Amino acid sequence: MSALADRVDRASGGSRERAARVGLRIVQAGPVLILAVVALAMSLLSPFFLTERNLTNLGFQTSIVAVLALGQLLVILTRGIDLSVGAVVALSGVLGVMAGDSGPVVVLAMALTGALVGAVNGLVLVKGRVMNPFIVTLGTLSIVRGAALVVSDAQTVTGLPPLVLTLGTGLAGPIPVPALLVAVLAVLAWILLARTQWGRWIYAVGGQPDAARRVGIPVDRVLISVYVLCGLAAGIAGLLVAGRTDAGAPTAGQLLELDAITAVIIGGASFFGGRGSVGNVVAGALIIGVIRNGLNLLDVTPFWQSIAVGTLVIASLELDVLRGYLEQRLRAAQTRSAEA
Amino acid sequence: MLEIRDAVKSYGAVQALRGASLQVEPSEIVALLGDNGAGKSTLVKAISGVHRLDAGDLLLEGEPATFRSPVDAREHGIETLHQDLSLFDNLSAVANFHIARELRGPRGLGRLGLLRERAMERAWREQLERLGVRILDPRQEVGVMSGGQRQAVAVLRAVAFARRLVILDEPTAALGVRESRQVLDLVSRLPDQGIAVLLISHNLEQVAAVADRAVVLRQGRSVGQAVPTADNHETLVSLIVGAGAGP
Repeated sequence: MSALADRVDRASGGSRERAARVGLRIVQAGPVLILAVVALAMSLLSPFFLTERNLTNLGFQTSIVAVLALGQLLVILTRGIDLSVGAVVALSGVLGVMAGDSGPVVVLAMALTGALVGAVNGLVLVKGRVMNPFIVTLGTLSIVRGAALVVSDAQTVTGLPPLVLTLGTGLAGPIPVPALLVAVLAVLAWILLARTQWGRWIYAVGGQPDAARRVGIPVDRVLISVYVLCGLAAGIAGLLVAGRTDAGAPTAGQLLELDAITAVIIGGASFFGGRGSVGNVVAGALIIGVIRNGLNLLDVTPFWQSIAVGTLVIASLELDVLRGYLEQRLRAAQTRSAEA
Repeated sequence: MLEIRDAVKSYGAVQALRGASLQVEPSEIVALLGDNGAGKSTLVKAISGVHRLDAGDLLLEGEPATFRSPVDAREHGIETLHQDLSLFDNLSAVANFHIARELRGPRGLGRLGLLRERAMERAWREQLERLGVRILDPRQEVGVMSGGQRQAVAVLRAVAFARRLVILDEPTAALGVRESRQVLDLVSRLPDQGIAVLLISHNLEQVAAVADRAVVLRQGRSVGQAVPTADNHETLVSLIVGAGAGP
């Protein structure tokens, strides 16, 4: 096989192969590049965009979607999806206000609510042999939203402990506390995915589920774990929403699940599983935030924000297609050089 | 070292194995031959822990053994290269090589332990050296590799971690002539490392080149064995297709 290696080494100097390799790098950095371009455009178009006040505001606006997107990324990496996270934001808010006056108790109750719904999602998916996360979480979306309405008697209740208010609206210097929370969660998610054995298994399960089972990866437990973590993230997002509004509302978080999924897709994760990174997904959430914030500053009606974000979603899918094409080119180049 | 006696296995109404026997000695290369549907894959799946036999004995070092799962078989030193390769296109060559056997630390963290990437790359290079193979960028994703390179990663993974026996199901299926020869060279060096090989192949010339012994299955039964030399070619073919089927 050493002769083969020599040929591969020599052939990797081929210009077409190098072009494909560079192209692949660019696609992989796509979301960060898009964020840079969008932010640059907004700062040129509006003198207010780069002001401290606006960036602080942007931090508040983006953090909720960013937390949800981090959870959603874990699930999408395993070829899954979690539609229930918006409803979890509502249920955890409602239960949070009912949990009393103690800050830590309320925080714990809200986070646990999310993790519990996530555990139900994961267990039904794995043990119920349904194996269709779209349907399972569509069901729990409805159930959890209904539960939030039942428990709260459809009433919004105000009044949360100071700890929760700080998490939702606090400032550390010019930096919003929720943005700091996003940073901490992003680092934790990055360590899990990029540095631990369990994280490697999450990618493996998304890449080739049958092979994962055959090589001895506990696929079911990996799946349950990502839904629990996604639910936990939704509970934490519920904390931020409740803290920001100082209320637990059974109607909170509607359609937030779509924002989260949008951020993950714009963040370059593949809907077919196994590909995606924490940094890019945070960039994805920021891209949505910057577009909305910037267009607001420019006095463009919100209707156009929706059109802009939607266009970007489709463009991101095309980037995924381009990635597949470039990989195919590379594979073909390597096959050619192996047979030469 | 490994022996299977009178193995029987049915899938519903289909009897895949109806009394197949097979023996592999330490450091021996045994070829398993047979037409499509002769029961080769079923027998292999029983040895590698994917399926369990309905009846018959599996003996490891003379002791009765049952492999409840592929992991169980691997813990007994038996590695299998399945025809579908079981590779992960989205992971690097070295990640594929170590999959589910990652080196990690510190100890207390268990499966949340941190991956020791450098140690894994070192281990990969050591294995390549031990097996006399020098290929591939360890960090390249398997998905962008050629068919031959992918096959090489899968063969290496099976071979490197085997302690007793490596089962190779059509290891040269996707390969050109030159790459096939490289894989066969590697296989023929394994007995020096104390590892036995069970080789499933359609290619009688390849079998003749490396195997010490060929066992033939037909319609779920072992119907004979021979030393696979060029002279025995006709004998093996008639065993494979059935004596009555000849002219």
